Amino acid sequence: MTIGKVIGAVVSTQKNRKFEGAKLLLVQPINPDETPRGHALLAIDGVGAGVNERVLVVLEGRAAGEALGKKAAPVDAAIVGIIDHIDFDASL
Amino acid sequence: MHLARVIGDVVVTRKDENLTGLKLLIIQPLTHDRQPAGRALVAADSVGAGVGEEVFFVRGKEASFPFYPPEVPLDASIVGIIDHWTIG
Repeated sequence: MTIGKVIGAVVSTQKNRKFEGAKLLLVQPINPDETPRGHALLAIDGVGAGVNERVLVVLEGRAAGEALGKKAAPVDAAIVGIIDHIDFDASL
Repeated sequence: MHLARVIGDVVVTRKDENLTGLKLLIIQPLTHDRQPAGRALVAADSVGAGVGEEVFFVRGKEASFPFYPPEVPLDASIVGIIDHWTIG
């Protein structure tokens, strides 16, 4: 899993039917110290996350499909948790 | 999934039989502020997208799911046309 920050939301009317009812959020992957890493990606929200929250993201198809609750869904990223806090020691 | 803009299409006559009938589009991945994010790639279209539209696409094995049951040899598929997105 990876850590990210929700930065926005995407609205799409015409989409694969497995996405119906799903919330699509833009997530910027971040390092533990909250610096951005790479480009923002689009993830299904399985936990009710909102903009500016730090979240836990699975970047794997089967796991993301399970977050959506549908089999064989063409998804590769899903938010599976909202982070309360991160403890880490950069010197380790 | 990733943001992208459709910038062209590809015509392929001789191909894997399971690719028959698929529309293959050239897409440029985008950042959230509409800058190019890496190189353009070819993706199958499952939603009726056209050149100039902003879309989102899925990479990997899941790219073949919209076309199941044929096991289509794909690594990228467009799965939605974007109306708009908001930041912040």
